[in-house]
Amino acid sequence: MSDRVATREEPVRPTLLPISLIDGAGVAVNGKRTAGFARPDDQLLLGLYRKMVVARRFDIQVSALTRQGRLATYPSALGQEACEISAVAALAEGDWLFPTYRDTVALVSRGVTPAEALTLFRGDWHLGFDPGHYRIAPQSTPLATQALHAVGLATAAKLKGDDTVALTFLGDGSTSEGDAHEAFNFAAVWQAPVVFLVQNNQYAISVPVAKQTHARTFADKAIGYGMPGYFVDGNDAAAMFAVISASVERARAGGGPTLIEGLTYRVEAHTNSDDPTRYRGKAEETTWRGLDPIARLETYLTKAGILTAGVAADITAEAEALASATRDSMSESPVLDPLELFDHVYVNDRPALLEQRAFLERELAATEAGGHR
Amino acid sequence: MTILENRRSAMPAAQEAAQTATQVSLAGALTAALRDSMAEDSRVVVFGEDVGPLGGVFRVTDGLAKEFGDTRIWDSPLAEAGIVGTAIGMAMYGMRPVVEMQFDAFSYPAFEQITSHLAKMHNRSKGAVTLPIVIRIPYAGGIGGVEHHSDSSEAYWTHTPGLTVVTPSNPADAYSMLREAIASDDPVIFLEPKSRYWSKDAVELPVVTPPMTRALVLREGTDVTLVAYGPTVKTALQAADLGAAEGLSIEVIDLRSLSPFDDETVGASVRKTSRAAIIHEASQFGGYGAEVAARVTERQFFHLAAPILRITGFDIPFPSPKLEEYHLPTAERVLAALDTWEW
Ligand SMILES: Cc1ncc(C[n+]2csc(CCOP(=O)(O)OP(=O)(O)O)c2C)c(N)n1
Ligand SMILES: [Mg+2]
Repeated sequence: MSDRVATREEPVRPTLLPISLIDGAGVAVNGKRTAGFARPDDQLLLGLYRKMVVARRFDIQVSALTRQGRLATYPSALGQEACEISAVAALAEGDWLFPTYRDTVALVSRGVTPAEALTLFRGDWHLGFDPGHYRIAPQSTPLATQALHAVGLATAAKLKGDDTVALTFLGDGSTSEGDAHEAFNFAAVWQAPVVFLVQNNQYAISVPVAKQTHARTFADKAIGYGMPGYFVDGNDAAAMFAVISASVERARAGGGPTLIEGLTYRVEAHTNSDDPTRYRGKAEETTWRGLDPIARLETYLTKAGILTAGVAADITAEAEALASATRDSMSESPVLDPLELFDHVYVNDRPALLEQRAFLERELAATEAGGHR
Repeated sequence: MTILENRRSAMPAAQEAAQTATQVSLAGALTAALRDSMAEDSRVVVFGEDVGPLGGVFRVTDGLAKEFGDTRIWDSPLAEAGIVGTAIGMAMYGMRPVVEMQFDAFSYPAFEQITSHLAKMHNRSKGAVTLPIVIRIPYAGGIGGVEHHSDSSEAYWTHTPGLTVVTPSNPADAYSMLREAIASDDPVIFLEPKSRYWSKDAVELPVVTPPMTRALVLREGTDVTLVAYGPTVKTALQAADLGAAEGLSIEVIDLRSLSPFDDETVGASVRKTSRAAIIHEASQFGGYGAEVAARVTERQFFHLAAPILRITGFDIPFPSPKLEEYHLPTAERVLAALDTWEW
C-alpha cells in the first residue's frame, strides 16, 4: 500500500439522496436524511428567510427592468435563493466569494449596491464594484475559470497564515470544463481553504445534466480528488447553510477543500433572451415550483411561531425598499466617459495607447454632441 | 531617449562587466534574477511543473527550492490553466507569483486564463485589482526539440491588450529584465529563447540594463535597419558581420520588448537608414513582423526607400528536429533577402 493510501482518511461518501433538514412541505426532517447535520436554530433560519425574500424581490425587479430594456441581459437566480443566500451567510467578514454571472443576488446580499452590482448587465462597464472592498471577485463569465482564482487566493491566505476562506459558485454545466477539474485537484493537493458550491440547477442553457456527466451526483466527483463531497437539497436553506458553514469552518481550521452540490432548479429562462419551451416541459417547471425554497421555509417558520404577521410585513417592507432603490438607480444612465476606455489597461502608461486616446479625444471634440454619444 | 543615449546607458554596464566579470549563461542569469527577487521581496513566489527540487527542465530554478523552501517555490500539479489561474488568485491576495510554462506550446492550455483574466482584470476593475504576475515561457526552436517544443507564440500574446511581452537575447538583459518584470505591476509574458539558454557572456551580477520596454541598437549601421528579438538577435548580428564583409552596413536592433513596441528607437534608426527588415522564427502570416512592418510604414513611409522585408519561418507547423534548419531564418537568408531590393 502506498503512503498516500495509508495516510488518507476514509473519504466522506456523498449520500445518494440529497441531505435534507426541512422538506418540500416545510416539515423538519430527522434521521438518516440529515446525514448527521443539525438544523440551524429558528432565529438563524428566520434571518436566511428574510434575505431570501429580499433577494427574490430584487431578482424579479431586475428581470422586469431587463424586459423594459434598462439592462442588456440578466441571468436570473429565481428559485436558487437557498444556495445563494446560505453561501453568503456562511462566510465570515474576511472571507472571499467568487461568483458567476448567475449570482448577482449573492452580491447584493453581501452589501454590493444595486447600481454597483448591475453595472455589468447594464453595459456600463465590466465591473461596478471594488473586489477588495467587498471581498467579492468579479462575476465570472468564462465558465469555471473563477474556481482557480478562488483556490489561488485561498492558498495565498494559507501561506500568509491568515484564516481566510474562499467560496466559489459553479454551475452544473461548468463542472465539465477543464478548469473545474484543475481547481478541484489543485485545491485538494494544496489543501486550500476553499469551498466549491455547485448549484445544480439542472440546465446549462438548454442542455440537461444527463448530457454533462455520467456520475451519479456532482458530489460523487469529490471522492476522486480526495476531498469530502456533500449532495444537498439545494432548495432547503437549513441544509445548505448547515453543510456550507460546516465546510467553511473545516477549511478555516486547516481541513482543506469541500465540494458541495446543491440540487436546485433554474425556474426562469437562462437569460431574458432564452426560450425554455424549446427544451423543457411545463410539468417539470410546475413540479419544481412546488419545491420552492422560500415557500417551505415560510411554512416551517410560521408553524414555529416566529414568522408573525408583523415580521412578515417588516420583511416585505425591506424587500420593497430594495426594489424601489433598484428601480431608482436604473432609471437614469450614468454619463459614460469614452476616454476612460484607455485607463487601467496597464499600470504603466504606453505612448502608443496614449496616441489612440488622443485620437478618440479629437474625434469626440469634433462630434457636435461630444462626451456621451 | 535617442538611440545614442540608449547605447550609452547600456555601455557602462557592459564595460564594467568586461573587467570584473565571470562567464554567466542566460539561464544562469535568470536563476540569479529569481533568487535576488525572492530574497528582496517575500511576496514573490515561484511555482510550476518541476520547478522545485529538479530546478525546472532547463534548470532555471536550480537551487532555489533548497534556498527558499516549499512555501516560496514549489512543484504544482501538472496543469497550465491551473498554474495561471491560481497565480491570479494569489495576486489578488497580494502575492507576486512568477510561474513557469514548461515549453511554449504547453502554455496553450492556459490561454483562456491569460487572455480572459490576466490581461483584463486591471482594466475591468478600473484599476482596483492589479495582477503583478510573470509568466516565464521558454520559446522558439533551434534545440532539436520534438513536436510541440519549439513554437514561437509571441503574436498570440502581443495581440492581447493588457499584457506586456518581453524577451531577452543575452545574459545581462535576462537578469535585468526579469528583475524588472517581477517588479512590474503589470502582468508580463517573459519569453526565454531556449536556444540561447546556454550562451555565456562576461557579466558582473547584479547588472542593470536599460528599461525593458526600450529597444537597443546593438550594432550601428547606415544602409539598413535589421530588427530582431530573442533567438534571432544572434542571427542578425551574424548577418551584420556577413554584410560588412560585402560592404553592407547593417544596423541591428534588439527589440527586447515586443509589447509595448519602441517606435521611437526603431523609427529613429529607419529615418537614418531608409530601409528596414525584420527577422523572427515564428511563421510569417499574421506574425509579429507584420505589425512591425505596418507601424514603421505608417510612421516612416516618406523616409523609406524600399518596402520592409520579413525574414521569418515559413507558414508551416514547426518542423521535426532534422528539418528545422530549413525553416529557421539564417544570416544567409537575411542577406539574400536584402539582395532583392534595388539599391
Ligand atoms: C468557457 C465558456 N463556454 C461557454 C460559455 C457560454 N455559456 C454561458 S452560460 C452557459 C451555461 C452554463 O451552465 P451552468 O454551468 O450549469 O450554469 P447556469 O447558467 O445554469 O447557472 C454557457 C454555455 C461561457 N460563458 N464560457
Ligand atoms: Mg446550470
